[in-house]
Amino acid sequence: MDGHPEEAMNRNDLFQKLRASAPASPEPYPDYDDAMLLSRTGHPTDLEASFRQQFTSINGYAFDSPGPLISLLRATANTRGYCDPALFPILGQPLADAGLEVSTLYHRSRYDDYQFGITRASGAIAETGTLILTDEQTSDRLAALSPWVHVAVLDPATIAPSIPEAIKRFGSSVNIIWVTGPSRTADVEGILIEGVHGPGVQVAYLSPVLSWTAPASPSF
Amino acid sequence: MSARQPIDQFAASLPGDRRSSVLGSCQAATSKRLTALADDFAHADDLRRLAARIKQHTLDHLDTYLEAATARLEEQGVKVHFASEAEEARSLIHQILAERGAKRIVKAKSMVTEEIHLNDYLIDRGLECLETDLGEFIIQIDGDIPSHIIRPITHKNRREIAQSFEREGLGAYNDDPEVITRRARVHLRDRYMKSQAGITGANFVCADSGRIVLVTNEGNSRFSMAPNPLHIAVVGIEKIIPRDRDLGVFLNLLARSATGQRLTVYTEFLRGPKAPGQPSGPEEMHVVFLDNGRSRILGSDCREILRCIRCGACQNVCPVYRQASGHAYRSTYGGPIGAVLTPLLAGDDFAAFADLPKASSLCGACREVCPVDIPIPDMLLKLRHQAHDAGIRSPGAPPMAPFAELATRPVIWRGAMTLSRAANLVPTQLLPVPALQSWLKLRTLPHWRGGEFRQWMATRKKP
Ligand code: SF4
Repeated sequence: MDGHPEEAMNRNDLFQKLRASAPASPEPYPDYDDAMLLSRTGHPTDLEASFRQQFTSINGYAFDSPGPLISLLRATANTRGYCDPALFPILGQPLADAGLEVSTLYHRSRYDDYQFGITRASGAIAETGTLILTDEQTSDRLAALSPWVHVAVLDPATIAPSIPEAIKRFGSSVNIIWVTGPSRTADVEGILIEGVHGPGVQVAYLSPVLSWTAPASPSF
Repeated sequence: MSARQPIDQFAASLPGDRRSSVLGSCQAATSKRLTALADDFAHADDLRRLAARIKQHTLDHLDTYLEAATARLEEQGVKVHFASEAEEARSLIHQILAERGAKRIVKAKSMVTEEIHLNDYLIDRGLECLETDLGEFIIQIDGDIPSHIIRPITHKNRREIAQSFEREGLGAYNDDPEVITRRARVHLRDRYMKSQAGITGANFVCADSGRIVLVTNEGNSRFSMAPNPLHIAVVGIEKIIPRDRDLGVFLNLLARSATGQRLTVYTEFLRGPKAPGQPSGPEEMHVVFLDNGRSRILGSDCREILRCIRCGACQNVCPVYRQASGHAYRSTYGGPIGAVLTPLLAGDDFAAFADLPKASSLCGACREVCPVDIPIPDMLLKLRHQAHDAGIRSPGAPPMAPFAELATRPVIWRGAMTLSRAANLVPTQLLPVPALQSWLKLRTLPHWRGGEFRQWMATRKKP
């Protein structure tokens, strides 16, 4: 609290009103099994395959080697971008070797110069094709948000089967974001358009080797 | 024309193209919702009923859960405030912004800030307060009000939007939705980057973890928080749920009921300011819990309405909303949810909105689709009684006393039934009653058979 006296009064007043309106026979907390929350795709046997399938069905691109990513970036003319320094050895370097401009610094004042952003995913959900990002493991929230293409580097071992399981894995992060497909709107006459404020293209780069070495730091 | 209730008057004057755009988008949203739920869950109704029970349980223990959520948030470094009504909330938010010298504000879509008319208040005080959801942005530049909880510009077509963009200097006239969206993208991201504070609502607050949950499809809530140092979340006190675990119930239902998606694109879980070491994100976070009539509703016989998770499904399915559109409800919340919530939130101004609960055929479609199984039709009836008891008259309502007289006296009733067969001899097409003639244009009056049921009852052979 900020310590304004009226606020303290409001708080006390409110709690008093709430207590006064408690019903004589309150509804008990229902006993339920998480199994009833699982959708048709909530029982994946092969987590990686299910994730890829769901992710692709919501217009995401799933890759596991630099080649197809480089082709996509070239084909869509998104050739300048940012890479989390910790991910440079596994993905930034191959992109730079292929002639793309890769910076490991995200300068806010030049946010429009970054056409792609490579950051780390903390996990994923197979049931829905969702990527999970956290403040602790995303090198910069803006780098995962402002570029047209966001590439989330995902260790397949961190894929959760379902929404209830992903919730169980929340842990103590102060900021978790689930990203299920590209940013989108249907505000204008119900027509679906991807890429409103966030990325128009969402890529999951599946890479089981998460033993990253010391970052290099080129910049443009 | 006979006297009409305000909502009927509005509906009657709605231009045809507007009516068809509202109707079309509601039909599409209704079928997407149905498919999304039926395809994925064999027992979707069980899920709705579970959600209803969890929410009802929370409301029945709101003091405990609100206290727990507040304690968690404060432990996590969030400054928690309480506002008992709209004016208090507005001045509190203004004060937080003023104390930090924040003048350029970006806002993510939030019904509760609409409810307290926050934008105008801040703009009147010299602040720049920009809506960032595409639909809300268009509403703002047009000086309009949202007509749907989820699709705020469902009443507008692309030509109107293109004209607004042209007027605002956002490019030459172009009504391609993709061009409109790209132009908004460019315009708004510049404003995000220059902003000094972000204001959002909250979809849920988990009492056990103090997690604030925010969902957007566009990513605008994320962008409203990433570049600036201050985040203020304005939250109705009914947004609490007991545990993180319960999110599994509500997130599944919310996205499917609202837009037919399995999950909304961006679902963000915040426990406070950004993590140390994270370069982007607020260093300071405030939560303003708003009462604004909710505690009063909690003490009323319509308390279940506070379970609402603002999905808009009841609006999409409602035959009255589909014809009248959201503006006919003259408040932030239109459709069935609005017909109940608006008069309740109005408190002493109840009479001004007493027509809304009457604008319903009580078909029950709203309850069937509601993800938290709110018995909306029952509440509409309760509110009608309340209006009746308060002596609030409905313009245009036929006097029912003569019918009551007739229907409670069997002798007169029998006589009337027999005599009324004479109606079959009347050439109705020729009667000079305009209301009757316009009714007959669309319908055929059946042959009058009054009294035959009684005869049949009296003479039937018992098995
Ligand atoms: S009343 Fe139910 S259906 Fe209507 S908006 Fe609220 S939660 Fe959705």
